[in-house]
Amino acid sequence: MNTSTSGAVQPASQPPLSNVSLADRAYRIRRHALRMGEVQGQGYIAQALGIADVLAVSYFHGMRYRPEDPEWEGRDRFLLSIGHYAIALYAALIEAGIIPEDELESYGSDDSRLPMSGMAAYTPGMEITGGSLGHGLPLAVGFCLGLKRKKSDSFVYCMFSDGELGEGSVWEGAWSASHWKLDNLIGIVDVNNQQADGPASQVTGFEPLEARFESFGWHVQRVNGNDIDALVAAFDAARNLTEPKPRIIICDTKMAKGVPFLEERERNHFLRVEPHEWQKALELFDAGRTS
Amino acid sequence: MRRSKYVRPAWLGEQGEGGQGTADKPRLTTSAMIASLAGPDQRTKPAPFGHALAALAETRPEIVGLTADLAKYTDLHIFAKAHPDRFYQMGMAEQLLISAAAGMAREGFMPFATTYAVFAARRAYDFICMAIAEENLNVKIVCALPGLTTGYGPSHQATEDIAIFRGMPNITIIDPCDAHEIEQVVPAIAAHSGPVYLRLLRGNVPVVLDEYDYTFELGKAKMLRDGNDVLIISSGLMTMRALEAAERLAEDRVDVGVLHVPTIKPLDEATILKEASRTGRMVVVAENHTIVGGLGEAVAGLLMRSGVIPPAFRQVALPDEFLDAGALPTLHDRYGISTNAMTESIKGWL
Repeated sequence: MNTSTSGAVQPASQPPLSNVSLADRAYRIRRHALRMGEVQGQGYIAQALGIADVLAVSYFHGMRYRPEDPEWEGRDRFLLSIGHYAIALYAALIEAGIIPEDELESYGSDDSRLPMSGMAAYTPGMEITGGSLGHGLPLAVGFCLGLKRKKSDSFVYCMFSDGELGEGSVWEGAWSASHWKLDNLIGIVDVNNQQADGPASQVTGFEPLEARFESFGWHVQRVNGNDIDALVAAFDAARNLTEPKPRIIICDTKMAKGVPFLEERERNHFLRVEPHEWQKALELFDAGRTS
Repeated sequence: MRRSKYVRPAWLGEQGEGGQGTADKPRLTTSAMIASLAGPDQRTKPAPFGHALAALAETRPEIVGLTADLAKYTDLHIFAKAHPDRFYQMGMAEQLLISAAAGMAREGFMPFATTYAVFAARRAYDFICMAIAEENLNVKIVCALPGLTTGYGPSHQATEDIAIFRGMPNITIIDPCDAHEIEQVVPAIAAHSGPVYLRLLRGNVPVVLDEYDYTFELGKAKMLRDGNDVLIISSGLMTMRALEAAERLAEDRVDVGVLHVPTIKPLDEATILKEASRTGRMVVVAENHTIVGGLGEAVAGLLMRSGVIPPAFRQVALPDEFLDAGALPTLHDRYGISTNAMTESIKGWL
């Protein structure tokens, strides 16, 4: 059975959900992620803090779904290619009401539905098994073709990352998506410029990203992935576009956004946080929200 | 052993036996990519997979066909012509082919994805494993050129495909013998919910098993002929060879039984154990695959685990090497999987 996190970190207080702003959603997604990070004491917490605004806009502005029925046929599909971002998606799924909040105490523990790397068979709302990178976009092509065969108007949101762009299969998917004119596909690239061996821009270099996707036949937008207003505009534009082509939103995000001492760690791809630092992280994080 | 690329063929410039070979054994040239495996007088059927799938799709609207630029060479073009709106040309991109098939399966369709066995097994392995097998998706992966069925050399010879896929949980592996069987395999794997890897014989495919009152059943091994001296356990085209070898050995009063095992995984353990337990029979496992990790080792492991020890256990299989390019009949002789070579091997073991 899962053990409690000893109460050092308490859930955020629950405001009436109808009044929750996207900024509040993002705040709460970050807080859920921090609490899961504390269970393990380490993990991809910086990515989760960085991508929380994008997930808030995805789940509370962009996407259509029914929390009580994660397999609802009319839902938009959210494919998480970057399996190690599972902590971020679990936080969003908790906030969306698809996973009960108390389950975050089981994150990465034995017999949990929330394993460290996201897998379709484990978690409600997790559409694919990511983790072996480069799978999401080519899978998305199949989802989109299938939805079109069914004459469904659902969209497929596929989230991948800058470091992942080194996998050739991403480009097989990118090429194919425009060949099939997949206007039901919205790609989301998290550009945080960190991968396992260092800054993504140095490991292989991925720029110029807009030009690369444009040359593959995509509609391209690039936004500050921590600017909720800009994200809302980009998500609306991607969804409302009438051109028969796949759309991509390149999101520049800040690793560990919201927790200054973690933002400043030079190597924050996989963060180890000391037990006493979690409380400090949450205090700083909560203080930053009200300042 | 690979030859040195700096040594010219010794027979160049020679006439007669040196240069062109002998009348009954001429020096052969590599045929087109996929040579027919049929002997000169053998009955064949064209594109049994393509015709069977096109027919089945008439009553199964969820079937879709995908290929990675190899529709013609996997007989999927027959399906594409019959059901053009259900055919997806994914281009020369096997990782995409497999992933897109997985995505379509997630949306409720039954994709048949075709390519060559080398490209599925080697290039798309991670995608088959994680996107299809781990999720137990209903995708049928249908691959031409299994084992040594092309003379193009190691780039196209999938000599280790069974070994690769046997290690993958959830996947069913089928190695059919002939056109008669392929026609039955197609509806059978469609009726089975889950991932399947099918080793495809394409083009003009021999018809053999109709003479043995044979019916394919998924997961079942079947005795095609009985014999008291040797039991050949075989799959794929090697069952055809085993039946021919059995006829020849009968002329030498060697009584050979043939157990055909088209489903490599899951293995029909009960039937194999029953037949291998019969006293006094040498067991020979024959497969169009490397000696490493295929049907032979699957049967050997089963017998050892079960305490069934036949008087002798031998394998007719390809060596653990990168094989030569050349003409298929030459290569099948060279590596011991032709009817002649197999017959001689068994005689030597008796």
